[in-house]
Amino acid sequence: MNSFFIYSLTGAGLFVLGLYALIVHAHLLRKILAINVMSSGVFLLLVALARHSGEPAAADPVLQAMVITGIVVAVSATALALVLMLKLHSATGQTQLHDDSGE
Amino acid sequence: MATLIPVWFDGLLGLGLVWFAWQALSSDNLFRAIVLFVAFGLMLALVWVRLAAPDIALAEAAIGAGVTGALLLAAMARLNVVIYEQATDNNETSSPPRRRPASELVALLAAGLFVALAWTLYHLPLDTPGLRQAVSEQLANSGVSHPVTAVLLNFRGYDTLLELLVLLLALLGIWSLGQCPRQAEVATGEVLDALSRLLAPVLLLVAAYLLWLGASAPGGAFQAGAVLAAGGILLLLSGWRLPARLTRWPLRVLLAVGPLLFLCLALISLLLEGRLLQYPLAQAGGWILLIEATATLSIGAILVALFMGGNPEPGQPDE
Repeated sequence: MNSFFIYSLTGAGLFVLGLYALIVHAHLLRKILAINVMSSGVFLLLVALARHSGEPAAADPVLQAMVITGIVVAVSATALALVLMLKLHSATGQTQLHDDSGE
Repeated sequence: MATLIPVWFDGLLGLGLVWFAWQALSSDNLFRAIVLFVAFGLMLALVWVRLAAPDIALAEAAIGAGVTGALLLAAMARLNVVIYEQATDNNETSSPPRRRPASELVALLAAGLFVALAWTLYHLPLDTPGLRQAVSEQLANSGVSHPVTAVLLNFRGYDTLLELLVLLLALLGIWSLGQCPRQAEVATGEVLDALSRLLAPVLLLVAAYLLWLGASAPGGAFQAGAVLAAGGILLLLSGWRLPARLTRWPLRVLLAVGPLLFLCLALISLLLEGRLLQYPLAQAGGWILLIEATATLSIGAILVALFMGGNPEPGQPDE
């Protein structure tokens, strides 16, 4: 049990937690939060697994660059999702998507 | 991994991270949820430091926690959900329909997924070398001495180029959804006024420093751009507005200069060296600095524009 395995488990845990919240919560802002937590889990898993092997001097630079790219893409997607949510709110007065099944 | 800090510290940090995420995702109050999410991002930055990835730590703290938190809070303020949530908090007889009836089943499936993932992680082969060796072998040819910057701007430059275009695309999507909401002229306090005047030049300086540092140490265009954006958002919050004469061409040029210059240099390198984004060896350092400098300006401007949440151009009225 080393610390890389701990952080890979944490990453997997965050992903699953985010997935659960994404399915369970109806409020769109909460869904956006959940997706952000999921992406953080994926990033953590990526880097923790890369640090699993090789000499422990520094994390793999290719993965670091990929995760930085991922963080920036995540923030732009979040911004677009938030504006879409606000548009939905001003159009329908609701902060959740309409459920066709009618529960 | 440093032996000074024992493994239980990592365990504690990991558990704390999951706890923050759980609290952020299950809090009844949306405002509290977002603040906890920002705290989660800062804690994640600490984890990146533990994983010897300081570049990601900087990006996470500035973009993942800072800019995302500002975006979420601004969106929440526009929804006026604080009032709604408080109203439902007081109404104890009927709990809001936050959770769906099948949540227990979802929890069970999620727990199963976690066990499967953990089992897979435990049995992964550990002897993969990764790309660290390949990067350090070619580092001398990249024009910079910091491996992450070399990967971002040289070895995998097309990732960064396309990422800048993704940022522009997201902004385009937001602008196509309408104008930015008219922000009320709020009287800001003296403290905020004085603080923003004091902080804005400091943030500019920090951004320039991070940009320059990126060639040889953790830092670079994204971190510098995020710091610039933080300054812009601070100015917006303390009452500054983009002058109307700047909202048309000057703003668009600023937003696009980074991606455009990157694209031009990519095409020039295609003509000179025969390959897209293969910089001439002697000029690589200068080219990277030029790309990073313009990319910093564009990233900062785009992030602030994302925060505005719409096209700032006064023109034909929306709806």
